[in-house]
Amino acid sequence: MRKNEKRPSTPIRLLLIDDEVDYVNVLSNRLSKRNFDVGKATSGAEAFQMLRKRDFDIAVLDLKMEDMDGIEILKILKKIAPELVVIMLTGHGSAEAAREGIRQGAYDYLTKPCELDELIDKIKEAHGHQPAG
Amino acid sequence: MFGLIDDSIRYKGNQIMDKEKSKKKNYRSLMRNVVLTILLTALTPTLVVSIFILNQFADSYQKKVHDHFTLLARKHKTIIDLFLEEKLMDIRLLASAYRFEELGNESLLNRKLIEIQQAHDRVFVDVGLVNSKGLQIAYAGPHNLTGASYADSEWFKTAINNPYFISDVFKGLRGTPHFIVSVRQEIDGKPWILKSTIDFGEFNILVENLRIGESGFAYILNKKGEFQTSPIAEVKPGILIDHFEKNGILDRPNSILKLKNNDGKELIYNVTSIKKGEWVMVLQQDYDDAFAELKVTQKIAVLIIVVASLCIIASSFILSDILIGRISLADEEKESADKEKEILAQQVIETGKLAAVGELAAGIAHEINNPVAIMIEEAGWIQDLLEEEDLKQSENLEEFYRSLKQINTQGRRCKDITHKLLSFARKTDPRVVQISINDLLKEIVHLSSQRAKYDNIAIHTELEKHLPAISASETEMQQVFLNLVNNAMDAIDKRGGSITLTSKLVGDDLAVMVADNGAGIAEANLSRIFDPFYTTKPVGKGTGLGLSICFGIIKKLGGDIHVRSTKGKGTTFEVRIPVKKEAELPQEDALDTG
Repeated sequence: MRKNEKRPSTPIRLLLIDDEVDYVNVLSNRLSKRNFDVGKATSGAEAFQMLRKRDFDIAVLDLKMEDMDGIEILKILKKIAPELVVIMLTGHGSAEAAREGIRQGAYDYLTKPCELDELIDKIKEAHGHQPAG
Repeated sequence: MFGLIDDSIRYKGNQIMDKEKSKKKNYRSLMRNVVLTILLTALTPTLVVSIFILNQFADSYQKKVHDHFTLLARKHKTIIDLFLEEKLMDIRLLASAYRFEELGNESLLNRKLIEIQQAHDRVFVDVGLVNSKGLQIAYAGPHNLTGASYADSEWFKTAINNPYFISDVFKGLRGTPHFIVSVRQEIDGKPWILKSTIDFGEFNILVENLRIGESGFAYILNKKGEFQTSPIAEVKPGILIDHFEKNGILDRPNSILKLKNNDGKELIYNVTSIKKGEWVMVLQQDYDDAFAELKVTQKIAVLIIVVASLCIIASSFILSDILIGRISLADEEKESADKEKEILAQQVIETGKLAAVGELAAGIAHEINNPVAIMIEEAGWIQDLLEEEDLKQSENLEEFYRSLKQINTQGRRCKDITHKLLSFARKTDPRVVQISINDLLKEIVHLSSQRAKYDNIAIHTELEKHLPAISASETEMQQVFLNLVNNAMDAIDKRGGSITLTSKLVGDDLAVMVADNGAGIAEANLSRIFDPFYTTKPVGKGTGLGLSICFGIIKKLGGDIHVRSTKGKGTTFEVRIPVKKEAELPQEDALDTG
């Protein structure tokens, strides 16, 4: 809680990972407008590259991607950046995959398509629970 | 259309009747086979053994009767032969003891007659001395026959040529039946004869007293067919002798013969040759009398066989009836089991179909989800940009907002549709928890109250208290009952109506009824309302997935959903959910990674 209060002005560093380029772009635009520091990746590989270049607080990961299974990406993400908080976007009714993600260290999940406000709330909630360091 | 259905029903009916007929025919032929088999295996040995035993018995009985006849005949033959032999011997003794001249003395002759009469109970009637010319020169006896001539008599002709002789019975000079015993001697080369008349009555007694059974008696015939004993009216000796001759038994020492007399009555004869083959002694008895015991035994045996056979026949029918009854019962059970299997197989196919449609729907929904999400976000982005001041002056700003809101609304509608489609195959929140059905129903009433008020619908609840909790996904249960309540509200027109939610325990099941007094469902549609994409609502108003989703969810829980409806009166949906623990499905199975 203290951390949250400490840096209200510092934008939350957000990595959007989704192979749907248009979705990533529009989401990125809207979130940037809402004072998030947004990075975009349209594949697992791209996400790993970006993580090596710079730090992110939170990743929003679409579990259903074409090049790699979402859970596999999650595992690698947690390996590269153990402190990264991951919020998963799942297809409707794919709760089991989401639950597996939580077992693998993801913070929570939202079903896709989700409301922007819902996502922002979740991001803020997750940021508050971000592990120290 | 209905004609066709009628025809098809009639055709099916005929088929069923034909089937029944052929089944009955099959049972009948099976019954016939079983009966025949039992009869054949049980009756054949019974009959064979019975006939064999009866035959054996008849044979041995016949042998016994024959033996009895033969024994009697032998005994009497001996008696008769001995009698004749004895008489002859006495006369021979007399003839050899005295000379011709001495015997010519009638007083001696008288003395000698008395002597042998005393010794033989008056069997000898008289004694006479006859010379070679047939003249009786001396006579002792009751008749005055001295000087009588026998030159022309049959017996004399034979007697003069034989050393001794016993004649047949004849009436002779005195006119009563008698026979003669004679001995021939010679004096100076001239033969003479000593003869004696034997009392017929005494001789007759020897066979007359012979009685066999009730109808058996005896008599003696000579070979010419003349009675040598008292004539018997019913016996035709001439014919009889012809028969004996024909059968070649006249010269045999002892034979048994069965013949029919003129009245058609069967008689059994024992024919014994006596007096060195000159006579035959006949023992005669009615066949039925001789074999009376056999007849009775045979009758009893036949009666027993008939009764036994009847018993066997009856029991074969009863047994096969029971057998066929059991078989047809087993067949019926098997048939109903087959029918159940068929229904089950159909359900499996239905379920498979539903699953396939679900898969398809899920795939489509997933594909649509992304573009819809992008559309919504793009609209949101435009809205974000509209917030910037330079566009605020635009005349059409309000119209922009309205349009964006519309895009958003329709996007959400798309989202709802894809959600529903996905729910069709997968659960929204599959976590199985303990649910109080009454709380759930109250929540649904609360959720629906707004619309109900608007549509002038009264929602009543009749909830049984202390119902057991069910194990299910809460969102799924919500979905099911919300769907049913929504449908119920849809069925009620603008004039309003009422919906009743009832919960109660029925056996091991929890039953929830959702009843409305709305439009009702046409009977033709009733069977299809649980099919996916089937809807009676106007285009765009319903997806046709609601009830099929409900059906899928309830089936997954091991429950059931039924509908009763009367057009114009209303509809009642009844959901049954098992409360038993075993009915729970393992939650993992129902999930899928997306």
